[in-house]
Amino acid sequence: MRISTLGFTLKQGIKSIFRNKIFSLATIATIGSCIFLFGLFYAVMVNFQNIVHQVESGVAVTVFFEPDLPDERIVQIGQEIGQRAEVSKVVYVSAEEAWNEFKDDYLGEYADTFGDDNPLADSANYEIYLNDVAMQEDLVEYLMTVDGISEIHKSANVANTLATANSLVSYVSLAIIFILFAVSIFLISNTVAIGISVRREEIGIMKLIGASDFVVRAPFMLEGMILGLVGAAIPLIVIYFIYNKAIGYVMQEFAVLNSILAFLPVEQIFYTLVPIALILGVGIGFLGSGLTVRRHLRV
Amino acid sequence: MILLEDVVKTYSSGSPALSGISLNIDAGEFVFIVGDSGSGKSTLIKLLLRELKPTSGRIIVNNTDVTKLRHSRIPKYRRNIGCVFQDFRLLKDRNVYENVAFAQRVISVPGREIKRNVPQVLSTVGLAEKYSSKPKELSGGEQQRVAVARAIINKPPILLADEPTGNLDPKNSWEIMKLLEKINRRGTTVLVVTHNREIVNAMQKRVITMKKGVILADEERGEYIDED
Ligand SMILES: Nc1ncnc2c1ncn2[C@@H]1O[C@H](COP(=O)(O)OP(=O)(O)OP(=O)(O)O)[C@@H](O)[C@H]1O
Ligand SMILES: [Mg+2]
Repeated sequence: MRISTLGFTLKQGIKSIFRNKIFSLATIATIGSCIFLFGLFYAVMVNFQNIVHQVESGVAVTVFFEPDLPDERIVQIGQEIGQRAEVSKVVYVSAEEAWNEFKDDYLGEYADTFGDDNPLADSANYEIYLNDVAMQEDLVEYLMTVDGISEIHKSANVANTLATANSLVSYVSLAIIFILFAVSIFLISNTVAIGISVRREEIGIMKLIGASDFVVRAPFMLEGMILGLVGAAIPLIVIYFIYNKAIGYVMQEFAVLNSILAFLPVEQIFYTLVPIALILGVGIGFLGSGLTVRRHLRV
Repeated sequence: MILLEDVVKTYSSGSPALSGISLNIDAGEFVFIVGDSGSGKSTLIKLLLRELKPTSGRIIVNNTDVTKLRHSRIPKYRRNIGCVFQDFRLLKDRNVYENVAFAQRVISVPGREIKRNVPQVLSTVGLAEKYSSKPKELSGGEQQRVAVARAIINKPPILLADEPTGNLDPKNSWEIMKLLEKINRRGTTVLVVTHNREIVNAMQKRVITMKKGVILADEERGEYIDED
């Protein structure tokens, strides 16, 4: 297509948007809210997944040994556990290490009162890290059958709960977003239909002159796509500005949770969100106007 | 240039609007088509523009068999034909220049050529000065001249006019007819549907008279035949 034709088409499309301002605004508002919600869900989900991932990669199971278990047996147990598919890493923690860690975590300056005694003399253990928290139960069942293990500590089921919540949130948000997209497509196709009916006469003239289907249809397709693009761009800008504010607020209000609430920087989220949202916006516009153009502009 | 063989057109409702029309119009001819209201003149024009398909028969225009024309070829085909209507069909929100340029823009003529062609064709129809006026600022005759300019700017070999003077007073009607004659003298084949007896009789052209979907008379230097 020639540049001048492209310019002409673009001008027609934009003109049509301004010619029915109210509908265009309503359409942009709907697509905007749709993409806004999508962006919000997306940001929450990505952060959620990040947190789940962090929790997942934490210690899942700790096993302690029967008293006086020979070192060779301990090594053997470690190897057996390490070979299982769901296990990503097995770390041996000696009694001294366990005691030191405990001191650091809980006793601080009072630790010295214990002198050189190690109250946790039998606390040598394996910290077992998993590939997938969902496999925790399987591992525990297996561990119970292993000789020489006296105790098995499962980490709290936070990870599991999070994983369940995660998929629930995903399904609900997917459903909502799907409905919003359907509404957006419907609105775009209506807006474009109005544009077409307003320009009936002009379209008739174009056809008689011998304008190709493409030239007749392109302005309307473009109109829908521009509406979709603008409808996607506005919420992205809004999300960009409120994201950091929201994180700052959460961090402040729920300071206790700071250790597990590892938020991603807005840049990292936008790196994927921007292309997805823009493609969605333009895609909605394309679909919505395409449907109408097919129905109303049979040459 | 235009050949019709036994063309029948029946609208979904009722009796045929055209019941077996055959005619041949050579390149460069000027032809009037006259006849009572409802005799099928506009239907004939629509068939030539491929706005409608004939129920049966064959239509060949400029070596193209219109009856076999594929859908995607219709736009290209229509560029062979300029058309003018009683109601002008101008774009009200655009000025004279843009209305005429429109015909070239929609078929992707480069901007440079449009800039050269529009003033030329506007001076052909005698509207060079009014290029920036909006349609509502023009008289009926002037508006129809804009429509003619738009119809001929792409230099189609054929010009169809369906009652081009139907909304005009006698003076303006004459001016439009003279303009069509001038275009015809430059080589364009011109078909004019009209009810204007005075002009038809004065201009001494070929006249095809239709009645109830058939050709009643077809005469060189014909006269407007009045049945009533
Ligand atoms: N779209 C249509 N659907 C059904 N019947 C139609 C349609 N268009 C025209 N007709 C009928 O076909 C016949 C011919 O109509 P046409 O418009 O060709 O007449 P015309 O000669 O142009 O008349 P006029 O001089 O009044 O313009 C008429 O009986 C008309 O009622
Ligand atoms: Mg008619």
